This record gives sequence, structure tokens and C-alpha cells, in this order.
Amino acid sequence: MSLSRRMFVTGVSAAALAAPAIMGRAQGSDKIKFVSILDQSGGLDIYGAPMVETTKMAIDDINAAGGLLGREVELTIYDAQSNIQLYTQYATQAAAGDKADTVHAGITSASREAIRATLARFQTLYFYNVQYEGGVCDMNNFCIGSTPAQTVAKVVPYVMKKWGKKVYIVAADYNYGQITAQWMQKFVKDNSGETLDVEFFPLDVTNFGPTIQKIQAAKPDLVISALVGGAHVSFYKQYAAAGLNKDIPVASTTFGVGNEQTMISSEEGEGLIAAYSYFEAVDNPTNKDFLARLDARLGAGRPVMNELSIRSYEGAMLWAEAVKAAGTTERMAVTEALRAPQTYNGPSGPVTIDAQTNHAVQNVYIAEVKNQKFEVLESFEAQPPADTMLVCDLVANPNQNAFLFENGLKAAGIDI
Amino acid sequence: MDQIAALLLQLVYGVANLALISMGLAIIFGMMRVINLAHGEFLMLGGYTVVVATNNGVNLWFAMLILAPLVVGLIGVIVERLLIRWLYGRMVDTLLATWGLSLLLIGIVTSVFGASTATTISAPLGVIRIGGYSSSGYDLFLLGVTLALGLAIYAVLKLTKLGLVARGTMQNAEMAGALGVSTSRIYMITFGLGAAVSGLAGGLLAPVTGVLPTIGATYIAKAFITVISGGASILAGTAAGSVLLGLINGVFSFLAGPTFGEVALLVAAIVLLRLMPRGITGRFFRKSL
Repeated sequence: MSLSRRMFVTGVSAAALAAPAIMGRAQGSDKIKFVSILDQSGGLDIYGAPMVETTKMAIDDINAAGGLLGREVELTIYDAQSNIQLYTQYATQAAAGDKADTVHAGITSASREAIRATLARFQTLYFYNVQYEGGVCDMNNFCIGSTPAQTVAKVVPYVMKKWGKKVYIVAADYNYGQITAQWMQKFVKDNSGETLDVEFFPLDVTNFGPTIQKIQAAKPDLVISALVGGAHVSFYKQYAAAGLNKDIPVASTTFGVGNEQTMISSEEGEGLIAAYSYFEAVDNPTNKDFLARLDARLGAGRPVMNELSIRSYEGAMLWAEAVKAAGTTERMAVTEALRAPQTYNGPSGPVTIDAQTNHAVQNVYIAEVKNQKFEVLESFEAQPPADTMLVCDLVANPNQNAFLFENGLKAAGIDI
Repeated sequence: MDQIAALLLQLVYGVANLALISMGLAIIFGMMRVINLAHGEFLMLGGYTVVVATNNGVNLWFAMLILAPLVVGLIGVIVERLLIRWLYGRMVDTLLATWGLSLLLIGIVTSVFGASTATTISAPLGVIRIGGYSSSGYDLFLLGVTLALGLAIYAVLKLTKLGLVARGTMQNAEMAGALGVSTSRIYMITFGLGAAVSGLAGGLLAPVTGVLPTIGATYIAKAFITVISGGASILAGTAAGSVLLGLINGVFSFLAGPTFGEVALLVAAIVLLRLMPRGITGRFFRKSL
């Protein structure tokens, strides 16, 4: 498809009539275009604002090292304002108007699904750099955040061994929470534990009183949370206010990506366990260097880094490495270079593309909150996206294009 | 038995929680007929006052009980002078103006403090035990404060000259003006008081909820539903609305989960307004305050 377009362009350029238009285009494409669409304002800004900072840093780092293919990379940032409609609008603008070479966009799964089809249609390479529930299978879309088989599968057995077999699950009431809760139940069952109850909360619930009483009545050994957003921070505060955090410990797959550990006091958060592909406390020289440069760049008030913000940086870098390897920004060549597979050694450790799913093989860390900071307890190297691998095979079937866990884990033959 | 007691406490607390977040709106919307879409942001500003003050070493109680209502009350007075006073009697215009104000306040707080602010406050007063169940002592304190706040508003409106003049002005501003009352000043004071009550509520909730620039959005709908369901009487209306909706929400949350709790609250409000378009106090307790 792209080849025929290039031949078409070459053919037309032979005609002297079209020469001015072609020259205009050549000047326009002098810079490589990198578009970022993230929520810098509205309810999701606790996630989006730090991601924008690290994206800027990545592009500055690329340009400071001489750009790509001898050209400068130009960053365009659109603020989707926590509004799905704006995602669709800006994705169209990025692909059709800006003729972006790559688009890195989306925080919620809803925003990703709103623009994935658009970017595929316009043949614009799309990176989704966020931890999510797994299941996207799309040649044009690289999802490099951690998925439940990487994080939930590690943290559930860890906390069950530490605290006990009876589990109570609380989760946000939209697709991430619903699907992640199913993964949690599966891994609890796989580790011969028992899920006592699962409760879902609309995103604007701030009074968790009735649930806290129900948890006390059910007497679980531990609570696992996939609560999301600012209102749900209230859960951890009210749970501690009722004194439960001392009796029934909490683990989470969402606590921390909005830097929640700084939004509740140290006594409220102490001992909470979470699993991600990155924590600031990850011990490697690349990470130390990255944090030092971030300190120099943003000063003392800089946001705490977490998986979302670090993966935005690494996503941009992974793409840049692939462009270098391909020697062009052309979409299919870069896609093939990424799937070769490409590896980027970032602050979180090596991130390698898995060609079967266009997801990432990555390190996973389990960490505990100590005095409003995460301390790493255990690391797991090179974890594959085993959940998405159950349902997606882009090597065998490159035309697969769907979000396969949209209706839960039945797609993977898992019954909850 | 102890579970029932613990649950009852939670139900009553849920009711008090609704009343607390609605009372400021009841004054501004119920009494002054100003549709204040920035109500959630007044609560948020109360929370931020507490977080910022405690981060700078101010005592938590002083920050919650004195600073939060003072700061937000002052902001309310400024807002009334600059914005609201030009719009009395133009309900749709106040709706638009306060919506804009809400966005402006979120924007200002975000640009000053960032998308989230680190805090070290947690609920004071420890844990109370009811048999095998534990609840937060702070919940009990909030219950008490909500009652006291209701009584204080009642006393101000019913027993003081200011209250009498304010109620008179809201009923018939021209007549009050003809009797020598500076209605513009009364409007300013009433709006400021409404804002202060919201600020106090926001401040008191700061230790048990997340404090973020956008947190107002989670309160605004419930506050409006409570006040509108309650009807025209400020106190009796808010109390009746909170009791009815808070109990329904609490019971359904406990029996069927929080999603159904929210749904049941909305369904109850819709049915109620279909049967009683003027709210509960439009039909019952009509002479109450």
C-alpha cells in the first residue's frame, strides 16, 4: 500500500507541473513528527501531566543526541482534557492534518479504543504506553505497558503467601476494573485461594463506609484493590480511619500510578503492596542517571515517577531505536524493526517487543509503601505478556485487529 | 447484633455526609435561587485550605474548623461582588457563569498546586470498636459537627436580626429595600455564608477523602439532587433529602453493591420529583425553615 503510494508520488514528481507541490511537501517533512495526545487537564491529569513531562524529556534527549536519521524530531502535544471526543478529534488531526510519523496517545482503555481504529485507517504508527487489562491485538498498535499476566500474576501469589488465602476484591466500575478483577479471581483460584466477594465502584464514589463494614463482616485475610482515580483515594483513607489497615492488609494493581502514596499519609499507606514494571526505587545505573537528569530538568517539585510516566519516556525511545534500525520513518519498516524484536534498555530495565502480540516483554517489580515511598521487595525479569498471547498471534495472522478482552476473559477460554 | 449496630452507624454517617456536602448549596441555591455549579469547587477549596495549611505546620483542627470556612467564605464574598451580583434573577445566566467559575477555579488550583498535592493528614480521633467491628472515631465527630452546623444555621436564621432580614430579603427584596435594608449587602453576606459552610464541609472531609483540583465533580451532582429533592426549606429540606437518599444509597450499597447504591439513589430522586415536583418540603413540613 505505502509502496504504491510512494511510486505514485515519484511518478507525479516526474511531471514538472506538480513540482512546486512536491517541494513544499519535502520542506514540510524535513522534521520528523511525533504527536502525543494525553490528558493534561480534567480528572485524569494526575496520570497525564507527568507523562507529558517525560515525553518532552524523551524528545529533547533524542534531539540532543543529533535527532534521528540526521533530522530533528518535532513534538506536538495535544491535551485531550479527559474527554474521549477530543481524542478522536486530535487523532484525526495528528494523522490526517499533521501527517505524524508516530502517535503516542491514550491513558484509559476507552481513549485507546476511541483512536485505535482511526490511526489504523490512516496508517499512522500508534503507541499506547500504559499498563492496562491486556487483549489488544493490532499490527499498527504497540501496547508496551504491563498487563495482568505480568503484574497481577506475580503480586497475587506473593501477598497470598504472605497474608493468607481469603481475598476480598474492590475495583473500579469500568472495563479496566471489571477485567482486572476477573484476572485477580483467576490467579486467586490458581493459587488455591478463595475470593470472598468482588465489589465495583463508580468513579465518583467517595463514601466507602458500607463496604468497609462488609469487609469486616467477610473477614478476609487481605484486600486487593483495582480502584482508580482521585475519588477512590478516599477508600484507603477511610479504611485506615476505621483501623482496618492494621488487621487486613491491602495489595493493589492501581495504587501508585497516580502517585497515590503521596496523597495519603504515611500511617495510612504503610505496608501496602503493589506490582508494576517500574518504581523509582528500581536499582540500576540507567534509572539513577535518568532520575538525576529529571531532577536537574524539573527541580525539587518534580512529579514522582511511576510506570505510566517512565513508559512514556521508554515508548518514545523504543520508537526512536526502531527508526534508527529501519533507517526510515516509514510505518511498515519501523513496525518490522520493532518486531525484529527491538529492545530498549530504559530506567525500568530492558523492554523488548514481543512480535506475537506487539506488547512488551519487561521486568516486573513488587514493592511496598514505606513512609510515602515504594521500596522494591522482589523483581522478576523479562516477563512475557502471557495474557494477550493466549488470544493474539500477529505472526500467524497479521490481520488480526481487535480488543479481545472487551467482554472479559471468555475470549481466552477462562471461566470465572 | 454488633454488625447491625456498626451498619446503622454507617447509614447515619452516610446521611450526615450528604447533609454536610449539601448544606452550603442549600443556602446559595435553596435560599438565594442561584444555581451554583461551582459548589463542588468550594468544597475542593476547603479541602485544599486544610492540606496546604497543615503542610505548612498549621494545627489540623484550626485549619479545618477556622481557616477552611474563613478562606472559602472570603472567596465567596469576592465571587459574589465580582460575578454573582450582576446576575440575580437570571437563573440560566448564573448557571453558565458559575460553570465558568468552576472551570476557572479548577484551572487556578491546578496551575498553582499541580495535578495532585502531597499530604500527610489522616483522620484524627482513632478507632471505635463495636463488638467485633471497628469504625472511625472521626465518623462520629463528623456526625456531631453536621448536627451542630444545622443547629447553628437554624439559630442564625431564626434568632438573629441578620437571619430575619436575610429571610425577608430572599422573600421580597423590593419590600425589604423599601424598609431600609441594604439588600445588596444581605445578598453578599448570605452568599459568603453559604460558601463558608461549603468550605467548612470540604475542610472536614479532607482527612477522609482524596483532595484533588477535580474532586468537586464527585460532590456536585449529589449535592444538587439532595437539595432539589429536599425542596424549598433550607434545613428541613436538606435534612429530609439527606435522610431519604442517604438511607436508600446506604442500604442498597450494602445489599447489592455500590453501583446499585448509586443507581437506587438516582431512581429514588427521579420518582420523588415526579410525585413531588417541589421536593419533600414542597408537600410536607411546608412552614419549616
